Amino acid sequence: MIPAYVLLLITLAGIVFFGLSGHKADMGKINVWFNGVSLITTIWLAINVFNHGTILSADKAFLVDSFNVYLIVLTAFIGLTTSIFSAPYMAHEKELGKLTANRLKLYYSMYQGFMLAMYLVLTTNNMGVMWVAMEGATLATVLLVSLYRTPESIEAAWKYFILCGVGIAQALFGTILLYYAAVQIGDGENALLWSELFQHANQLNPEVLEIAFVFLLVGYGTKIGLVPLHNWLPDAHSEGPTPMSAVLSGLLLNDALYAVVRNKMLVDGATHSSMAGYLMMGFGLLSFLVGALFLHRQKDIKRLFSYSSIEHMGLMTFAFGVGGPLATFAALLHMTVHSLTKSAIFVTVGHAAQVAGTQRMDKIRGLIKTQPKIGWGLLIGTISIAGFPPFGVFTSEFLVLLATMHSYPWLTLPLLLGIGIAFAGLFRHIQPMVYGERPEGQNPVKANLWPVMIHLGLVLWLGLAIPGFLAHWFSQATVLIAGSSPL
Amino acid sequence: MNIESQDLYTQIILSMAALVGLTSFLMLGQGRLLRLIFVFAIQGLLLTLTTAVAAYSLGNHHLYISAVLTLALKVIFIPWMLRREVLKTNMHRDVETLANQTAVMLGGASLMVFSYYVLHPIVQTTSPVMLNALAVSLSVMLLGMLLMISHKQAIAHVVGFMSIENGLFFAAIVATKGMPMVVELGIAFDVLVAAVLFGIFFFHIRSSIDSLDVDLMNKLNEVDK
Amino acid sequence: MNWLIAILQTTLFVALAPLLAGWLKRCKCYLQNRKAPSVLQPYRDLLKLTNKQPVVSEQASWLFIKAPYIIFSATILAASVVPLIAVDLPTSASADVIVMVGFFAFARFFLALAGLDVGTAFGGMGSSREMTISSLAEPAMLMAVFTITMTASTTNLSWAISHVLEQGLVLRPSFVFALFALILVAVAETGRIPVDNPTTHLELTMIHEAMILEYSGRHLALIEWASQLKLMLYGVLIANIFLPWGIAQSFTPQALGYGLLAIIGKLAVLAIILAIAETLVAKMRLFRVQEYLGFAYLLGLLGMLSHIILEASR
Repeated sequence: MIPAYVLLLITLAGIVFFGLSGHKADMGKINVWFNGVSLITTIWLAINVFNHGTILSADKAFLVDSFNVYLIVLTAFIGLTTSIFSAPYMAHEKELGKLTANRLKLYYSMYQGFMLAMYLVLTTNNMGVMWVAMEGATLATVLLVSLYRTPESIEAAWKYFILCGVGIAQALFGTILLYYAAVQIGDGENALLWSELFQHANQLNPEVLEIAFVFLLVGYGTKIGLVPLHNWLPDAHSEGPTPMSAVLSGLLLNDALYAVVRNKMLVDGATHSSMAGYLMMGFGLLSFLVGALFLHRQKDIKRLFSYSSIEHMGLMTFAFGVGGPLATFAALLHMTVHSLTKSAIFVTVGHAAQVAGTQRMDKIRGLIKTQPKIGWGLLIGTISIAGFPPFGVFTSEFLVLLATMHSYPWLTLPLLLGIGIAFAGLFRHIQPMVYGERPEGQNPVKANLWPVMIHLGLVLWLGLAIPGFLAHWFSQATVLIAGSSPL
Repeated sequence: MNIESQDLYTQIILSMAALVGLTSFLMLGQGRLLRLIFVFAIQGLLLTLTTAVAAYSLGNHHLYISAVLTLALKVIFIPWMLRREVLKTNMHRDVETLANQTAVMLGGASLMVFSYYVLHPIVQTTSPVMLNALAVSLSVMLLGMLLMISHKQAIAHVVGFMSIENGLFFAAIVATKGMPMVVELGIAFDVLVAAVLFGIFFFHIRSSIDSLDVDLMNKLNEVDK
Repeated sequence: MNWLIAILQTTLFVALAPLLAGWLKRCKCYLQNRKAPSVLQPYRDLLKLTNKQPVVSEQASWLFIKAPYIIFSATILAASVVPLIAVDLPTSASADVIVMVGFFAFARFFLALAGLDVGTAFGGMGSSREMTISSLAEPAMLMAVFTITMTASTTNLSWAISHVLEQGLVLRPSFVFALFALILVAVAETGRIPVDNPTTHLELTMIHEAMILEYSGRHLALIEWASQLKLMLYGVLIANIFLPWGIAQSFTPQALGYGLLAIIGKLAVLAIILAIAETLVAKMRLFRVQEYLGFAYLLGLLGMLSHIILEASR
C-alpha cells in the first residue's frame, strides 16, 4: 500500500510547492519531474498488485485491485506526457501575453491538485471520499478553465462549475441513499467502504439501491458528459488551456465512468435485475448518437474533439451497460485507447491552434505544408479516433459491436450508423485543415510531439497485439466486474 | 404512524423537515437578494439545530462538529460573503422581476410531490419518518435547482447551489445519522472551497460583463449567430 | 352554574378587551421612546365617547344607526364561542369555529354597509378595501383552523383545546404552519401594521378607519370596543389553541383563577410581540396585501398538507 500513499503525498507536495514557490522560469520542467516520479510510483504499485493481487490498506481506506490499477497507471502516464507537452506550450502562451506569471503558478499548482483528486478517486475504498475527490477535481480545474480570463472562458468556467456542482450533488444524494441502505445491515463507520459493501451486496435493500443508482448515474454522468447533461463539456474543453482539455478528456471523464461502474457493481449485486445496465445503455447510446451528430456542425476545433469525447464516453457507458465479459473487456480497452488517443489529439490540436493563431477550423488550413509533423499528427490521431484499423480504437469498437450483436442484435444498427456519422463528421472538418493551401501568416511553432508519437504508437501496438500482461489484467478486471472471463 | 406515538426526537425532526421545506419555498419566491440570503441563513440555522438535536439525542459526538461547521459555513460565512457582494455591487435595491412566478411556485409544489413519488418504494422497508425526511431533502435539492433556473442573478445561483447542499446535508443527518467523519469533513472542505471560488468568480464575472446577471453570459452557444 | 360561568367569561372578555388595547399601546410607546398613556386610557376614551352626542348625517338611513349595535353584539357572540379561562362551557358547546367565523363575517357585512350608507367617498373606499382583504383572509383563516380541527377531529374549539391538552406536548409540523398562518391572518383581520394602521387618518392608506369616519359619540364607542374585542379574540384564539396550558378544565374557583392568570399572562406576552413587530415592520402598499395573504393561505395549506403527509396514520 505504501506506493499509493507516496503517490498522494507527491501530488500534495506538488500543490504546495507550486503554490508557494516564486516565479521560477522552469516550473514546467519541475512539473514534468513531479509527474515522472508519480508514474514511477504507480508502476511500483502496479508491480505490487501484479504480484500479490488486490491490495487493501490496513485501515481499509484504500483499495487497489485489477480494475483500478491500470487506470492509475494510465492516469499517471497521461499526466506525465501532457505535462511534457504543457511546459513549452504554456511558456509560449505566456510569451503571447495571454497569461501572467501568477496565473502560471496557479496553473501548475492546480495541475497537481487535479492529479491528486484523480488519484484519490481511483485509490479510495470509501464511496464518500470518492465523491469528495470527484468534486475536488471540479474545484481544482474550474479556475484553470477560466485561466485566460476572457469573457468566453469565464462563462465556460461558470457553466462548468454550476452544472458539474449541481450534477454531482445528485451523486452525493445517491451515495447517501447507498449509505442508508448499508447502515441497515452493518455498522456506521465501515458502511461506505466499497470492499465491505461488495461483500454484502446481496443483503442491501434493492429498492433503495435502484433509486440510489439513478442519482449516482445522473450525478457522475454529468461528469462523464452523458447527453443531456453534457452542456458544460464542449465549453470547458474549448475555452480552457489545451493541456487542460487533454487531461479533462483523457482522465476526468474516465474516472467519472470508473465511479459509475464501481457503483453499478454494488447495485447489480443487490438487485439481480438489469435496471442499472439498461439505464447505462440508454444514456450511453443517446450520448453516442448525439455526440456523433453534433460533430458535423462544429466550428471550433477543440469543440469538435470534445463532442468526439462525448461520443466515445457514450460508447463506453453503453458497453458497460451491456455487461457480460466481452462487452466489459471491450469497454476497459476502449477506456485506455480513447484516453491515449484523445490526449494525443488535444496536444496536436493545441499546437495547430498556435500555428494558426485561432481555434476556428475555417481559418486553419494546410497544416502539412506549414508544419508537417503537426499535420500528420492530427491526421493520424483522427484516423485512430475514428476507429480505423489497425489502431486500438478499432479493436475495442469491433469488440463492442460483437458483444452487442450477441446480446442485443438490433442495437448494432444504431451503433454502426453512429460510427459512420462520426467518421464523416470528423473527416469533413479535418481533411481541409490538414491538406489544402497554406494561408498567409501561418508560421511553424516550437512543438514537442514526442507525447503524441508515444501515445499513438501505444494505441497502434494495442491494435495489433495486446501484450500478455495487459490482457491478463483486463481479463482479471472483467472477472471482477462481469463475473466471468472473456478469454 | 400517528405523530402522538412518536418520540420527541422524531417530532422535532419532522417539524424541522417541514420548516426546511418552507424556507426553500420562501427562497423560490424571493426577488430581493438580501432577503434571499437572509432566508438562506435561516435554513442553515434550522440545519444546525437539526444536527445539534440529532447529536444530542443519538449521543453522537462527531455530529456536534458538523453542527459547528454548518453554523460557521452556512449561517455565518457564506451569507456574510454574499451579503457583502450584494452591498458592494449596490444590488440590494433592485427587485428581480421573476418571470412566471405562479408557474414556478406550482412547479415547486409538483417537485415536492415528485420527490415523494420517487422515494415511495422505500416506504416498504423503512419507517415513514425516514421517507418524509428523505423526500423533503430531495425536494429541497430540486427546489434549489428550480431557484437557479428561475433567477438570473449569479448570487441567487450560488444560494440555490448551497441550498442543494443543505438538502443533501439534511438527508445525511436525518436518514443516516451523519456520514462517517472523514466524508463529512471532506464535504465541508469542498463547500468552503466552492464558496471561496464563487467569491473569486463574482469578481471575474463583474470585470468581464460588468454585471452579475448570468443571462448576459451567452457567448458560447451551439446555435449559429 | 355552568351558564353563570359562561356569562362571566363573556363579560370578562368584553371587560378586558380595552385593557389589552391599552397595554399594547403602552408597549408601543415604550418601544418608540414616547411617553405612554395609562393602560386605562381606552376605558376613559370609551366613557368620553359614550357621553357625547352622536352626530348623524342627514343622508344616513336607519342602517347607519343600527349598525354599531349589530356589530357589537355579533362580536360579543363570537367571543362567547371562544374559551377564555375554561373549556367545556355550554356556550362554546353550542357553536363551533365555523359559527365564529360566521359572526365575524356578519359583523363585517354590516360595517361595510354602514360605510357605504352615508355615501362619502372614504366610506365606500374603506368598505371595498375591507371586503377585498377579508375575502382573501377568510380562506387562509379557515385553512389554518381546519388544520387544527383535523388533528382534533372536531370543529368545536373547546373540544379541540381539550384534545390538545390531553396529548401533552406534541410538536406537530402542521401546528407550526397553522400558527404562522393564523398570526398573519389575525394581523390582517384586526387591521394592524403591516396591513392597516389603526392610528392613521391618512386618506390614502386607511382601511378600517375610512369606514367609520362618519361615526361619532356612542356609535363610535361601540365600534371601537368591538374592534378591541376582535383583537383580543384573535389573541385568545392563538394563545389557547397552540399553548392551552393553564386553562381551567374544572369549574373550581382555584382552577378558574389560574385560568384567568394564565390567559392574562399569555395575552400580555403576545401584545409585547405584536408591539415589537409593529415597530419593526413598515406598512405595506395595499396592492401587496394580496401577496401577504396569499402567503398566509400557502402556510395554511402547507399545514394541512403536512398534517396529511407527515402526521396522519397510514
